Amino acid sequence: MLSEQFQELNVADFFYKNKDLVGFDSPHKATYMIVRELVENSLDACDGHRILPNVRVTLSKVEGEGNQERYHIKIVDNGIGVPLEAVPYAFGKVLFGSKYSMRQNRGTFGLGGKMSMLYGQITANSRVTITTSQGGSKIYTFELSTDIRTNTPIIYRREEADNKSHFRGVKIEFDFEGDYGKARDKIIEYFYETAMILPYAQLTFIDPNGTLLFYPRITEKMPNPPVETQPHPHGVDLELLKRMMAANPHTSLQVFLSKNFQRVGERTAKAFLKSNGFDPHMEVSQLSTKQLTKLVTALREYPDFLPPDPSCLSPIGEDLLKEGIKRLLSPEHVVVTTRPARAYEGNPFIVEVGIAYGGAVMPPDKPGKVQLYRFANKIPLLYDEYSDVSMAVIQNINWNQYKVKLDEAPIAFITHICSTKVPYKTAGKEYVAARPEVEREIDLAIKQAARELRVQLSRMERAEYRERRTEVLKKYLSMMASFSTFLAEKTKEPDVDLLLREGSTKKRRRGVLQMVDDPPDDKEGEEKDKA
Amino acid sequence: MERNTDRSEFARKALKDLGTSIYNQMIEGRFPEVMIPSRQTNNIYYDPKLEQYVLGDKKVVRSADNVKHVKPLAQLLWVARIGKELIDYDRVSTLRDLFYMSKNIDINFATQQESDEAVYDLEALLSMPRESFNIFPHDRGAIFGDLTVRYRVKGFKDSLINLTDNPDGVNIGPALDNAELVKTTADKVIAIEKGAIFIQMIREKVHEKFNAILIDTTGQASRSARLLIRRLNEELGLPVYILTDCDVWGAHISMVIISGSVNSAHITGLNTPSAKWLGFWPTDINRYKVPTMKMKELDWKRLAELKADPRYKEKFWKEQLDAFERLGLKAELEAFSSKNKSVSQTFLVETYIPEKLKELGAI
Repeated sequence: MLSEQFQELNVADFFYKNKDLVGFDSPHKATYMIVRELVENSLDACDGHRILPNVRVTLSKVEGEGNQERYHIKIVDNGIGVPLEAVPYAFGKVLFGSKYSMRQNRGTFGLGGKMSMLYGQITANSRVTITTSQGGSKIYTFELSTDIRTNTPIIYRREEADNKSHFRGVKIEFDFEGDYGKARDKIIEYFYETAMILPYAQLTFIDPNGTLLFYPRITEKMPNPPVETQPHPHGVDLELLKRMMAANPHTSLQVFLSKNFQRVGERTAKAFLKSNGFDPHMEVSQLSTKQLTKLVTALREYPDFLPPDPSCLSPIGEDLLKEGIKRLLSPEHVVVTTRPARAYEGNPFIVEVGIAYGGAVMPPDKPGKVQLYRFANKIPLLYDEYSDVSMAVIQNINWNQYKVKLDEAPIAFITHICSTKVPYKTAGKEYVAARPEVEREIDLAIKQAARELRVQLSRMERAEYRERRTEVLKKYLSMMASFSTFLAEKTKEPDVDLLLREGSTKKRRRGVLQMVDDPPDDKEGEEKDKA
Repeated sequence: MERNTDRSEFARKALKDLGTSIYNQMIEGRFPEVMIPSRQTNNIYYDPKLEQYVLGDKKVVRSADNVKHVKPLAQLLWVARIGKELIDYDRVSTLRDLFYMSKNIDINFATQQESDEAVYDLEALLSMPRESFNIFPHDRGAIFGDLTVRYRVKGFKDSLINLTDNPDGVNIGPALDNAELVKTTADKVIAIEKGAIFIQMIREKVHEKFNAILIDTTGQASRSARLLIRRLNEELGLPVYILTDCDVWGAHISMVIISGSVNSAHITGLNTPSAKWLGFWPTDINRYKVPTMKMKELDWKRLAELKADPRYKEKFWKEQLDAFERLGLKAELEAFSSKNKSVSQTFLVETYIPEKLKELGAI
C-alpha cells in the first residue's frame, strides 16, 4: 500500500496549480484579468488615500516562444507608492490580508496584482520591474520574481535614484502570455465602465495596435475613502475567533467581546453572554472547543446587536454616479438612488442604483435584452450578466406601472453594490449571488428610481404635449383667422398670437351660428331652429 | 322657400354670417366655437309630420381651443371659404375636385372622405345642400317639357329657355338648379327612373298627351333633381308621379323623392311629400300579365332593410312590400313592350300610364 505524500501547499503554489479557479483560465481571459487587477490595485492606492487617480496602462506585443502570443504590460499610477522595505514582500510574496478588520476593497482576494505577476512569471518566465516612490527625495527600482516553492521574493536588482521629477506612485512592468485580440472588447469595456463609475479618475490605455483610449476626469469630487472597522459579531467564524483570542488569551469574555467587535459595548456584551449562559468574567483561554462553537453560533444569531457600522464602506454617492452616467451614456433623464446601509451575516453593504433613459440610450436591439452596467466595490463586472442578481431583479419587476416597456424602452440600468464582502456566487466568477438581503435592497432601489423616472417622463410628456398643442393651435387658428376675414368681408385679420396668449377658454353655452335674419318663409327651418 | 328664391344669394349670406360669427369671436379674444347638428345615427329620426328623416337635437361642439377640434374647424371654414368663392365667381366644383383643391394649402385632408365630411358638416351647420354653395355631383338627371326658365348664371342671364327646345331633354345641372321657373302649361310632373324610357316617352309625346313635365332621374334621383321636383311641386303647384321598375329599388327611388334620404337627414327641403309612386307596383303584376323575374338574394336583403324602415309601415307601402314578399317576383318597365301594339304605340304609354294616372286621380 503506497502512502500518499502530503506536501505543504503555499499560496503561490496554490495559485500556480489552480489559476483557472481565480479567473486566469485562458490567455485572453488572463490578459483581461491582468489589466483589471493592476488597474484596481492602482486605483486603491489612489482613492483609498484621497488622491485623484491618474492611471496609465500600456500593453504591447513582444517576441514570444513558438506559437505563444506574448505581451509586455506597463502600468503607472500616482498613488501613495510603496515604502521601500515593503516592496519585496508587497510584490514578491503572495499574502492574504491578515488583519482582523473590515474595509471595503476592490479585488476579489485583496492580493494586489500579485496573481498577475505570478502569471507572467509562469507563462513567460518574466521578472517584474517595479519603480516606486512615496513622493520623497528618492525613487527605487526593483527587479524581482517569486520563488513559488517557498513563496519568497527573489530580488535581481535594486536601485536607488534621486526623485528629480517628484514622482509619487508605482510603475509595474512584466511580460506574460496573452491574447489581446480576444480580450480587446472586454478590456475596452472595462475602461469604459470604470470611467463611468469613477468620473474623478483619469484613465489612459495604449493597446498593442497603438490605439489610445483616454478618459479625462470630469470632476475633482471624490467619495470618502472607507475606514477600517472592527468585525461585527454576526460575521464571526470559529477560526477568526480562535485567532483573536490567541492574541489576548487572558482577557475576560466580556472585555474581549467589547474590545474586539464593533457595536458591542460592555453592557451589550454582558447581556449577550448572560442570555446565552456564559460567564462574563471567564478567561477566553479557558473556553473548551465545544463552548467556542456555541459562542460562535450565539454571536451570529444574537438579534440585539446594532447593525454594522457602514463607515467601512465607500459608496460612490449620487452626484458622482449621475455625472459618470451622464458623461458616458448621454441620456435625457438620469435618476439615482442610494439605499441605507444594511448587512448580511455581519457584512455591511450599500446598494446604489442609476437609471438612464432616452437621449443617446437606445432601446434594446433584441427582445429580452437588458442594458445593465454592474459594479461591485467600484469595479465593473463584465461576465455572467444574466446570472447576476441585479438582472434577475430587473426582469422580475412589473414595468407597466412605471410606464416602461422593457423590450422597447431606451433604458439602461446601473447597479453598484459596495460591501466588505461582496456576495459573489463563486470565486473568480463575476456575478453576484441572490442573497435575499442584497436582492431586496436592489429591488427597492430600482423601484425607487423607476418611480422617480416615471414622474420625470410624465413631466416630459406633458411639456411635449403642451408644445405640440400650441403649434397645432397656432397653425389652424391662423387659417381660421384668414378664412373668417375673407368670409366676413373684413380687411383686418384677428391677432392669433394675442389670442393664444390671452384667449379665454371659457366655453359659450349657446350656439354660435346665429343667422342675422331668418330665411324667408322657411317654416320648416323655423321649427328646427326652435328645437 | 319663397318662389324663385335665389339660393346662391341665400347661401352666400349664410356663409358670410358664419364667417362673421367666427371673426367676431376671435376679435373679441375668444377661441371660436361652432355647434354642428350631429349626423350620427343616434340623432337621426323619422318625423311623421314632415314625413322625412330629420336630425334630432344633439349637437357636436367644436371649439378652437381644443387641439382635436381645431383642425376640423379650420377645414370646415375652408370649405365655407371655397363655397363663397365659387358663388362669387360663378364657378362649380365637385367633392373630388374640392379634395384636390385642398392640396394647394396645408389643410391636410388625409383622404377625400375627410374633405367630404367637412362638406357634410357645413351642410348640417347651414342646413342647406352643398349644391347651394356650388358643389355639385356629376350631372344626373334630365328634364323635358313645356317649362320656361331663366338662368342666373353669368353670361346666360335674362335668356329665357324653354325646356322643349332640346329633343333629348336638358341636363339637370347646376345652372338649372338655381334657375328661375318662369312659367309652364303643364299640370303634372312624371319622374321616370330610366333614361331610355324617358327618351321613348319624349318621342311618343307623353308630355303633350298627359300635359306633363318629364324628369329622368337616372336611377336614384340626385339632390338637384329632387330639389327641382320639389320646386315644381311647391312653386308651380304641380303634382308629381314617379314611374320605376317593379322592384324594391324602384320603390325606394320613389320613397326618397317623397320623403328624402337618411343621408340627407341634415338637409330639409329636398323632398316632395305629396309625390306618388305611379308604378310599376308589385300588386300590378297579376293585373298586367307581363314577363317577370324571380327576386334575387340582393333583392330579398334590400326588402328586409326596407321593412325595417318606419316609412314603409304606412298602409300603401306595407301592402306593396308584402306583395313583393308574397310573390317573390320583380319586373322591368320594358316588360310592357311584350304587349306593344306596334313599335310606335307602346303598351306603356297607351295603356299602363293612363290607367295608373286615372287610378291615382291624376286624370
